[in-house]
Amino acid sequence: MLSVRGLLGLVIVALFCVGAPVRAEQYAATVEIAVKDKKFDPAEIKAPADKRIVIHVVNRDGIAMEFESSTLKVEKVVAANSEAIVRVGPLKPGKYEFFDDFNQKNRGTLIVE
Amino acid sequence: MLAALIIVFREVFEAGLIVGIVMAVTRAVPRRTLWVSGGIVGGLAGACLVALFAEVLSRAFAGSGQELFNAAILAVAVVMLTWHNVWMARHGRELAAEMRAAGEAVAAGRSSLGALAIVVAVAVLREGSEVVLFLYGILASEGSSGASVFAGGVAGLVLGAAVCALTYFGLLHIPGRHLFAVTSLMIAFLAAGMASQAVAFLAQADVLTALGNTVWDTSWLLSDASILGKALHTLIGYTDQPTAMQLIVYLATLGATFVLMRLFAPPSPRERPLAAE
Repeated sequence: MLSVRGLLGLVIVALFCVGAPVRAEQYAATVEIAVKDKKFDPAEIKAPADKRIVIHVVNRDGIAMEFESSTLKVEKVVAANSEAIVRVGPLKPGKYEFFDDFNQKNRGTLIVE
Repeated sequence: MLAALIIVFREVFEAGLIVGIVMAVTRAVPRRTLWVSGGIVGGLAGACLVALFAEVLSRAFAGSGQELFNAAILAVAVVMLTWHNVWMARHGRELAAEMRAAGEAVAAGRSSLGALAIVVAVAVLREGSEVVLFLYGILASEGSSGASVFAGGVAGLVLGAAVCALTYFGLLHIPGRHLFAVTSLMIAFLAAGMASQAVAFLAQADVLTALGNTVWDTSWLLSDASILGKALHTLIGYTDQPTAMQLIVYLATLGATFVLMRLFAPPSPRERPLAAE
């Protein structure tokens, strides 16, 4: 009978096999956005269509935030005074809303064109 | 205060549902409370650790540490849930039948309890680390004025525990002979939903971007952000804009669970050699 421990080991080994992710960074567009005084700055960012997009989120507040969007399919916690990378796309042209899940009044838009 | 209550409640909600289901599944197993609480305590400790090292984790793997970590612990939960279902398909009947070979059943039951305790720990860990980060941020940055927000957060936690209790007592209303079928089905869907969530995290981390096109968009009908959407997200893996890969993995997990359950199910009574009565 397989043991729980054996299964755990299998999972970990499997994960290492999928590891070494193929990075598509060189084909991607990078956009930067900051959070300052509980507001996205700028509140509107632009990126090209049909490309992987790397969003560099800089949290300048002393409080954690969560960059989230259902249309972009992301949820990422960004600790206080730190930075994080969010990867989305490739996307069709259009407007994509995102927000801070820890402070939902704070919303922004990604315009893909 | 209300905002904090809502945020914490939304995070705790999912863990509450899962703990409630696990409690119902294991209601006949001795000492399950010990295991489940062990899972909760372990998950909480893990959550604090994750929150403490959030920045390090975030920077790992070229900025995809958080996503890979989430995908990994979800994968662990999927395997544990599936394993539990397969195990129950094999031994569930003996366990329900008054545990004739009590010693043996308990020993085996414990092995399955271990799997479920890990599932509980993973659920608490995932949701808990966000709650810890959120509440800590408030206490650290807003000092005494943060106290009422903190109180809101604690109220959110209590509500989450209430969800857990409601799920548990709700499931207990199911007659014993149906409970096994119902919980097996719930666990299979729970696992499939987690597998598709793991796929979303892997896509975010750039590991699994194939078939990333959105298959449908039902956000106009039932949004992921609504409480019903959130409940269905946890219970059956509902998401308003699934990708093709998520759908495939979801169906594959469900299929694999049922095939494995059938493969490992004990032979039907007619085929079974007569046991010494």
